Amino acid sequence: MKGIIWKYGDNVNTDEIIPARYLNTTDLKELSSHCMEDIDPDFVRKAKKGDIIIAGENFGCGSSREHAPLSIKHFGISCVIAKSFARIFFRNAINIGLPIFESENAAIEINEGDEVSIDLDLSKIIDMTTKKEYSFSPFPDEMKGIIEAGGLMEYVVRSKHFKT
Amino acid sequence: MGMTITEKIIAAHTDLEEVHAGQFVYAEVDICLGNDITAPIAIEQFETLGLKHVLNPDTIVLVPDHFTPNKDIKSAQNAKVLRAFAQKHQIKNYFEVGRVGIEHVLLPEKGIVVPGDLVIGADSHTCTYGAMGIFSTGVGSTDIAACFATGKVWLKVPETIKFSFQGKLKEWVSGKDLILYTIGKIGVDGARYKAMEFGGPVIEALSMDDRLAMCNMAIEAGAKNGIIEPDSCTEEYINSRAKRAYKFYSSDDNCSYSDIHTYDVSNLSPQVALPNLPENVCPVEDVSDIKIDQVVIGSCTNGRISDLRIAAQILKGRKIHPSIRLIILPGTQDVYLEALKEGLIEIFINAEGAVSTPTCGPCLGGHMGVLAEGERALSTTNRNFAGRMGHPKSEIYLCNPAVAAASSITGKITHPERIV
Repeated sequence: MKGIIWKYGDNVNTDEIIPARYLNTTDLKELSSHCMEDIDPDFVRKAKKGDIIIAGENFGCGSSREHAPLSIKHFGISCVIAKSFARIFFRNAINIGLPIFESENAAIEINEGDEVSIDLDLSKIIDMTTKKEYSFSPFPDEMKGIIEAGGLMEYVVRSKHFKT
Repeated sequence: MGMTITEKIIAAHTDLEEVHAGQFVYAEVDICLGNDITAPIAIEQFETLGLKHVLNPDTIVLVPDHFTPNKDIKSAQNAKVLRAFAQKHQIKNYFEVGRVGIEHVLLPEKGIVVPGDLVIGADSHTCTYGAMGIFSTGVGSTDIAACFATGKVWLKVPETIKFSFQGKLKEWVSGKDLILYTIGKIGVDGARYKAMEFGGPVIEALSMDDRLAMCNMAIEAGAKNGIIEPDSCTEEYINSRAKRAYKFYSSDDNCSYSDIHTYDVSNLSPQVALPNLPENVCPVEDVSDIKIDQVVIGSCTNGRISDLRIAAQILKGRKIHPSIRLIILPGTQDVYLEALKEGLIEIFINAEGAVSTPTCGPCLGGHMGVLAEGERALSTTNRNFAGRMGHPKSEIYLCNPAVAAASSITGKITHPERIV
């Protein structure tokens, strides 16, 4: 994962990520064309596939709408880094396979426009512009199973935990 | 070590004797809820599994309440997806227009959720049912898709923060004010990933409608669930409604809380949350004279009969301010009918308010009262994020139904005691 950073503050809510006026559709292309619209109306024009969103505390708070992480994922954003994530957004991201990383220092120090890469093997966020590296909080083993499967529906098929 | 009520209910839905905060579990779900916005994605996800049947149709509840009566063609298509899925899988708890209500008002009222249940819903305000001694939490569409197939959900057992409310509430102060006050104290992420357990003499004296309004907004502090230990009030509410056997749980004396907050609320005024976060809370006196354009009374927070009664008490024999649009949404058809029988609807119409069929509509800027640029709403709903009710440059103030009704008369934010 490697991309240019778009930076936002604390408490970015899911109404801002995908306003309810677009929730009358489940079409992923249409949802992604309105990604981040009410916090940054120019986002879909200036951001590119592979870019990275970075934010402060409680990213994705508010409504449970999965349309929010779906619009980010299908726009082509490679991952979201934040100081912390709201809990429903967090589980939705895990469940649909949108990579997310919690790293307080990265969220504070990395600037908009920096080029950043993620090394999953070393659990490192690397700011290639400032040459600084940051670690991120590891996922619990149970969650790794869902992430490695590529999402919850894929995990349900494989996992003994969901056998009926 | 003892368990909290939240831990006990989760443990009872696994094959474990005990669970504790931080533990990862796969829990059996009693009721799994979706609506016309979130269920269409869940249904698409479920269908990727290629299964012919859902595991147990009796555990699934589908409530098309957000954009119904269908606000446009796309919404009608989504509602059609729900209807077809309910028919195909013989889901009896599907509520068509005319029977439907706002999900978190409807499910308790119909006794579909009962004390001791473990409930998930693809709607963040699913935490409402904690008021009845239920572990109930908002999840996403994919979570409920997995639950349609397996009857299970993955959960990390939350830590619990205990909130004890001491004293006696003044007139015009309600459960809504207690939760706004609490969010103002701890912030919108003050209970992130945690359970909020509400107790103390003030909660024991609170009606079920007010308890539901409190637990409804636990999510606005980032919580996984809000919960109140069931008692005689719970028994009275549920015994005539319950569709299934129920069980009362309570926290052990030696359970572990991550934090305990004690608030004396004897002098608490009605609270108002200022734009653009529910934590921007102050007493109503501090914001009186802020002019408003629209007042909304209703929603999954405050769309119950006692909310309409208190609004009617203030509006009776009065007319709203000429510059105000007042929109009142009874939460369910039963609430609507009761309000009609009690003469409340007549009071609202004589006051020049608009009364709508039950819908989530204006709360999320969907329909039935969308705001224009620069407009300001005072609302009994639960979120005041910038632009949530309409144009990105519109504002929302949150309050209880009494403050909303009083303010609709003066055209500016007003303490009810100045009217009555």
